Amino acid sequence: MSENPERRGMHDMGGDPDHRWSGPVPRAEHVLAPWEKEVDAIRTLLGRKGLQTADELRLGIEKLSGEDYARLSYYERWTRSVVHTMELKGIIAPGAFAAKVAALKGQR
Amino acid sequence: MPHDGHDHDHGHDHDHAPPPDDPSFSSDQAIAARALRLLLEEAGILAPGEVARQIDRMDGIQPSMGAAVVARAWADPAFHDRLIATPVAACSELGVDLQGTHLHVVENTASVHNVIVCTLCSCYPKMLLGIPPDWYKSYEYRSRAVIEPRAVLAEFGVAVPEEIEVRVHDSTADLRYLVLPARPAGTEGWSEEKLAAIVTRDAMIGTAIPSA
Repeated sequence: MSENPERRGMHDMGGDPDHRWSGPVPRAEHVLAPWEKEVDAIRTLLGRKGLQTADELRLGIEKLSGEDYARLSYYERWTRSVVHTMELKGIIAPGAFAAKVAALKGQR
Repeated sequence: MPHDGHDHDHGHDHDHAPPPDDPSFSSDQAIAARALRLLLEEAGILAPGEVARQIDRMDGIQPSMGAAVVARAWADPAFHDRLIATPVAACSELGVDLQGTHLHVVENTASVHNVIVCTLCSCYPKMLLGIPPDWYKSYEYRSRAVIEPRAVLAEFGVAVPEEIEVRVHDSTADLRYLVLPARPAGTEGWSEEKLAAIVTRDAMIGTAIPSA
């Protein structure tokens, strides 16, 4: 990806210069899972509190590697971005998110 | 988005986490979301119950709110003009609080058809129409809507005649769009309620055209 400086970021897909997404628009719709609503709500509240603007949300998503961007689902990308912003702002300590995830996984 | 099958007791604090026998409860995604919420609650950024209340608030935002705005614009020429000139204030007349969204209303006419996309992500008038549909967030829609909108519209069953200009609006974090569809023939004398019933979510994105 970095070999060609002209190549745009994964997120910058308007016009599809590489014809990666030239297929039909997928039309299946799903009702958001509870965890997806949870992430959406967290982000909205952080936005309202001035702790993560929509631009900061996008920046955190755009910093993902192309592989992660393609691999992660929509709200998984949001989760990554919110954690990134909260770490940058010192609200979540480095390593604290991974530790919390591990602790919760230990309970299941 | 419709409620997911259970009734909410509005006005009370409650946790939206599904019961542990729900397979999604222990998915990696659900654990990541819960971890994030708990850390923010521990940091004092989010109050316990605040996320649940926000989920309820978002569940309450449905495309029917946008449809009511469109129907009013069709029925009331003065409101129509206010909606074009000052969309946020006009929406508030119907009790819709756009919560800081900068909204621009683009009107379909006999010579112009408008369609909305967010090529970079998924910006959308969420406080008016609710959560955007999956296809709006799809890579194919984001990629193709700006270079071959007529082909994309055709997939949605919308055939725009050659003599009608197609305008594609690329939303940003700071500016969201709402398509004001043209009022279809055969709806003369209809009540606002009856008009609103034919205004679909997709019609307000530009990928559908209301018909009587």
